[in-house]
Amino acid sequence: MIKSATSHWLVQRITAVILIPLSFKFIIFLNLCVNAPYEETKAWLASTGNLVWIFAWLVVVFYHAALGLQVVIEDYVANQGLQSLLIKAINLSFLIMTIAVSVFMYRSL
Amino acid sequence: MAEFTLPKNSVLTKGKTFKAPSGTKNIRRFEVYRWDPETGENPRIDVYELDADACGTKVLDAIIYIKNEVDSTLTFRRSCREGVCGSCAMNVNGRNTLVCTKAISEYSGTIKIYPLPHLDVVKDLVPDMTHFYEQYAEIKPWLTNNSTPPEKERLQSKAERDKLDGLYDCVLCACCSTSCPSYWWNSDKYLGPAVLLQAYRWLVDSRDENTEVRLDQLDDAFKLYRCHTIMNCTDTCPKGLNPAKAIAETKKLLVNRKDK
Repeated sequence: MIKSATSHWLVQRITAVILIPLSFKFIIFLNLCVNAPYEETKAWLASTGNLVWIFAWLVVVFYHAALGLQVVIEDYVANQGLQSLLIKAINLSFLIMTIAVSVFMYRSL
Repeated sequence: MAEFTLPKNSVLTKGKTFKAPSGTKNIRRFEVYRWDPETGENPRIDVYELDADACGTKVLDAIIYIKNEVDSTLTFRRSCREGVCGSCAMNVNGRNTLVCTKAISEYSGTIKIYPLPHLDVVKDLVPDMTHFYEQYAEIKPWLTNNSTPPEKERLQSKAERDKLDGLYDCVLCACCSTSCPSYWWNSDKYLGPAVLLQAYRWLVDSRDENTEVRLDQLDDAFKLYRCHTIMNCTDTCPKGLNPAKAIAETKKLLVNRKDK
C-alpha cells in the first residue's frame, strides 16, 4: 500500500471526505435494496451514472477501510511479525472484495 | 501493546488509615497511592484525614503536610511549588495535573492522588521519567544552525518570536503524554504530545535551520502519526497549552512539504 506515513495519513482523510458525497447515493441504493422489488433495484443500478457512483463508493470504502484497519492493527498489535501479517491479510481481503464486487456488478448488467 | 487488566503485582490493596485528631472540625479525606519496591508487596491506598484549616490551600500543601506531620514515609517529587518546574505532576481524581497549582477547594469529597498513569513507578507518587527524557533528547531540543554565527545574538522579528508563545511555556511535566491512550499503548515508539509539542517549537523557530531534517525524523507512522486527535493532552495540560494543535500544525508542515 502506501509507504510514506504522511501520505497514508493524508489519503485516509481524502478518502473520508470523498465518501461524504458518495454516501448520499449509496443510501438511496440501500433503501432500494431493502424496500424496492429486485427488478426495480436492478434497473436503477443499470443506469451508468448510478452504477459508476456505487462502484466508486465501494472502491473508496474498501480503500479507506484498509487504511483505517492498518492503523488499528498498528495501534493494538505490538508483535511486529503478527502486525505485518495481519496488515497484509487485510489488504489482500479488501483487494479480493474489490475484484469480487467488480465482477458481480459487471455480471448484473 | 494494549493492556486492559492490571498485572497481578499492580493490583491495589487497602492500606492504612490515618484518622484526624479528635476534635478536628474541618476534615478533608485524601486517598494516596503507596508502593514501596523494597517490601515486595502490592501497591496500597492509604487514607489520610487532614485538618483542612491546617494543611494549606493547594493539594501539594496537603501532601507536604502529610509528609511533615502525619507519615514521613510518603515519597513524592516537588520543587518550585508554583507551576514552573513540572516536578509535582500527579493524577488527582482521575486527571493529570500539577498539584502545586490545584487548590483543595476545587475538589469536593475525597481527593484521590495517584502517580502519573502508565509509567513505571519508582516509589509512591514518583514515576520513572527516564524514557520520557530519552524521547525528548531524540528530537534534539536545541537550536541547530549551520551558518556562521553573527557577532551578536540571532535576531527575530516580533512575528517570528510570537510563534513560540504557547510552545516554549511547556514545563515537561508529562501530564499530557501520560494522559494519551496512544502513548499508553505505544510509548516505546510514539513520541507523545509533550515531546511533539517541543519538536514543533523547534520547527517554527526562525533561527533553526534544520527544519527539513526535523520533519524527516517525524515523518513516521509511529513517532508522530499515532496521534489520533483524542485531545486528552490539551484537556489535561495544567499550563493551558495545546499540544494537539502543535501536532496538527506539524502534520500540516509535512503535507505542505509533500506538495512542493
